[in-house]
Amino acid sequence: MALFDALREHDIDARAAVPGDEIDGSLPRLITLPADTQQVSTILRTAAADGATVAVAGHGTKQTWGTPTGAVDVVVNLSRIDQIVEHQPGDLIVTAQAGVPLAALQASLGASTQRLALDEMVPGTTVGGLIATNPSGPRRLHAGTVRDLLIGLTLVRPDGTIARAGGKVVKNVAGYDLCKLLTGSWGTLGVITEATFRLHPVPAATRWLTAHVPDHDLPDLLKSVMHSQLTPSAVEVDTNDSSDGHTQVAVLLEGTPGGVDARAREMTRLLAHGADQGDAGWTTHYPFRLGGTQIGLKITCAIGAVTGVARRARDLGLHVRGSAGTGVLYAAVADEADLTSAHLQTLRAEAARAGGSVTIVDGPRAVRAALDVWGPVSGLRIMHRIKDEFDPDHRLQPGRFVGGI
Amino acid sequence: MPHTPGPTAAVISRLQSALPHAAVITDPTRLATYDCDGLLHYRVTPAVVVLATDAEQVQLAVRCCSDAGVPFVARGSGTGLSGGALPHADGVLIVMSGFRTIHEVSADDQRAVVDPGVINLQVSQAAAPVGYYYAPDPSSQQICTIGGNVAENSGGAHCLKYGFTANHVLSIDVITPDGEAVTLGQRAPDAPGYDVMGAFVGSEGTLGIATSVTVRLLRRPASVHTLLAGFRSTDEAGAAVSAVIGAGILPAAIEMMDALAIEAAEAAVACNYPAGAGAVLVVELDGPDAEVEHEASQVERLCRDNGAFEIRVAADDAERQAIWRGRKSAFAAVGRISPDYIVQDGVIPRTALSEVLHEMKQLADERGIRVANVFHAGDGNLHPLVLFDETIPGQGELAEELSGAILDLCLSHGGSITGEHGVGFDKAPHMPKMFSADDLDTMQLVRCAFDPGGISNPGKIYPTPRLCGEVPGKRKAAHPLQQTGQADIF
Repeated sequence: MALFDALREHDIDARAAVPGDEIDGSLPRLITLPADTQQVSTILRTAAADGATVAVAGHGTKQTWGTPTGAVDVVVNLSRIDQIVEHQPGDLIVTAQAGVPLAALQASLGASTQRLALDEMVPGTTVGGLIATNPSGPRRLHAGTVRDLLIGLTLVRPDGTIARAGGKVVKNVAGYDLCKLLTGSWGTLGVITEATFRLHPVPAATRWLTAHVPDHDLPDLLKSVMHSQLTPSAVEVDTNDSSDGHTQVAVLLEGTPGGVDARAREMTRLLAHGADQGDAGWTTHYPFRLGGTQIGLKITCAIGAVTGVARRARDLGLHVRGSAGTGVLYAAVADEADLTSAHLQTLRAEAARAGGSVTIVDGPRAVRAALDVWGPVSGLRIMHRIKDEFDPDHRLQPGRFVGGI
Repeated sequence: MPHTPGPTAAVISRLQSALPHAAVITDPTRLATYDCDGLLHYRVTPAVVVLATDAEQVQLAVRCCSDAGVPFVARGSGTGLSGGALPHADGVLIVMSGFRTIHEVSADDQRAVVDPGVINLQVSQAAAPVGYYYAPDPSSQQICTIGGNVAENSGGAHCLKYGFTANHVLSIDVITPDGEAVTLGQRAPDAPGYDVMGAFVGSEGTLGIATSVTVRLLRRPASVHTLLAGFRSTDEAGAAVSAVIGAGILPAAIEMMDALAIEAAEAAVACNYPAGAGAVLVVELDGPDAEVEHEASQVERLCRDNGAFEIRVAADDAERQAIWRGRKSAFAAVGRISPDYIVQDGVIPRTALSEVLHEMKQLADERGIRVANVFHAGDGNLHPLVLFDETIPGQGELAEELSGAILDLCLSHGGSITGEHGVGFDKAPHMPKMFSADDLDTMQLVRCAFDPGGISNPGKIYPTPRLCGEVPGKRKAAHPLQQTGQADIF
């Protein structure tokens, strides 16, 4: 194993993969545990010389997401590159390495009453995985997603070149914004080893209001909530109770204690239907089980079309939950036999009419191999060309992303 | 007819036969009016100008260029301050300002769909009747176009809270440099695939031309509170800014002006800022009534705690405008106190503000040149105005040298060479100070994917083109600044 020997020569922690090291059900040849960006570069350069394919992993919480990859030779496991490099509370920025778990980062930031304004939708997720897959939860209405908060990164290209993009200041238009290009790129363009984020203060007061809303009232109710000037941080819906013709609605208010009190009174009136301060723990969990055991979908649509699209999905037997305030919903398929290719097409047509799309997030490998995970992708030709520039030999996360990228 | 090289002449005749007569300008006198953008000291007359009014015309013009390997540059209102829309002498300048229909304003979807030539402020005006607005508000918003905003990733005073163009664009129809029409993004968030749209925003016209832009609209805030605070020094004002941010308050805007900038604004618009102030802060809070009320009293207290000797609160819109007038006039106003000036745009971490201002003063004093400071203090975006007199031999060069030294100062504190004006032609030589050769090479991989022939706005952003084929832009020797400033800034 020439590759193995070459890595050991550079004092890189590498070992042959053994059962248990599978990535999405497939056993790689080699597991590497680099200690820093330089070692990641050495691994990628060595793999390039060997023509080896490479997969990237953090804590492995989302390996059952996306299209199943082909055979992988080398896994670059970033979990040891896990330091918080710099937190500047006065500048509201933090630089963290890719292997830092999001929960650890939030705990550290919390000591300064600051936060990365994202929900941890996948327990155990690391900074690198967060950027690679761009998951989002209810608070995206308030602060957007990773793409809106990531201001700088360090990237190792498939040939081992180390590059930085962005910087440490929030306001910066020097050069292309590679942070956005890399966000949600599923590790197919390079290995992110370090990232700088914009932070937000933790609000002094936080309150969820929930209401059990009859479906026929839902469109008008959501419209009035969204059109209010109460600046909710989240507006969530859940169709699990649809058997009785109702939808659960949860609205998050954040701010000063007095401000939240005043807004909660007005919002309670808007929500009606016995709205009350309630437990909305469900909002930060996808409606589907993670880890390749249940099919989970992401459905996006224009904000004004949320109720219609959600109803259509529910009529197909899906449990829908997500951000009505931004038009980003998630859906669980109870039984994988329920999601036929025809169903998926119907749903995709519905979402497309509403300016959105449907992707398969998680699910059994066989399902993700058989169905079209991504659906129609606009701009695919230019995406292929970007992939070809960054990774001409298609060795990085081969086949994991859109259009076979 | 000026002499034009063969391929360009062929492109011109193709354009003339395919486009309406009035849409193709070759008259040298008329061409000369397009020879610069808002950065007036770089001038290049384009070989031909196309006045595009729809996507098909843009596509046709780009195809003509692509087929012949002739460069093209897109331009909106020409308000850019980095020479990003500086024409190419052998190329086509595609002017987008006549391509300006607002196609849709939807309160239900919180979206507007606009042509690239639509003026920034007109989007908010169109959305106002339904209670919405478009958040990015560059100072030139009365004349700059959405297409230009997309190219520059424009910010504005309120981007501290609301973010930049990139955070407010959902979808862009683009004509790629090889003439293909493609839609990047979608009306809903998170289109599947790479966020190519995210990379396109801020690419300064080097990846193609936007022909339709779908933007996010925001609900008008219930309450807006604008406060003007006078301090003895920029140190005190800076400490107040840190205290506000440290208290967990995120104002819509925090702007600072130093004594020299105040002096200029007084001379120009008689803004009547607190007498004797060494610095003023303009702090604007917006949001629900109860939140704004609470935060306003906190901000007021924090300003006083840090030395504010006078605080005024705008009681109505007219008073708000009066407070902002001094700030918004500041760039042009320095013309009252100096015959010539350079507008610089750099970013530092906010916490370095005090230190940087002192170091900047030292740099200025060493050269015997004055610097007025106007800046977005909340996000550390400085706009030093380097004042000089061109008639004094050597002062123009010295001012330019100081302007560059200020960027170096920003970088030495971990900042950026541009927060909102872009790199363009002007700052391309500074890019290697901020980024390594590998960093720049990596960015240009994206350029190569879009434009291997390097015909889309060549010579901008990158001092050295990557080997995928870009032809380096002809760099004119830097010449003394003769006319400055009066372009788009007010």
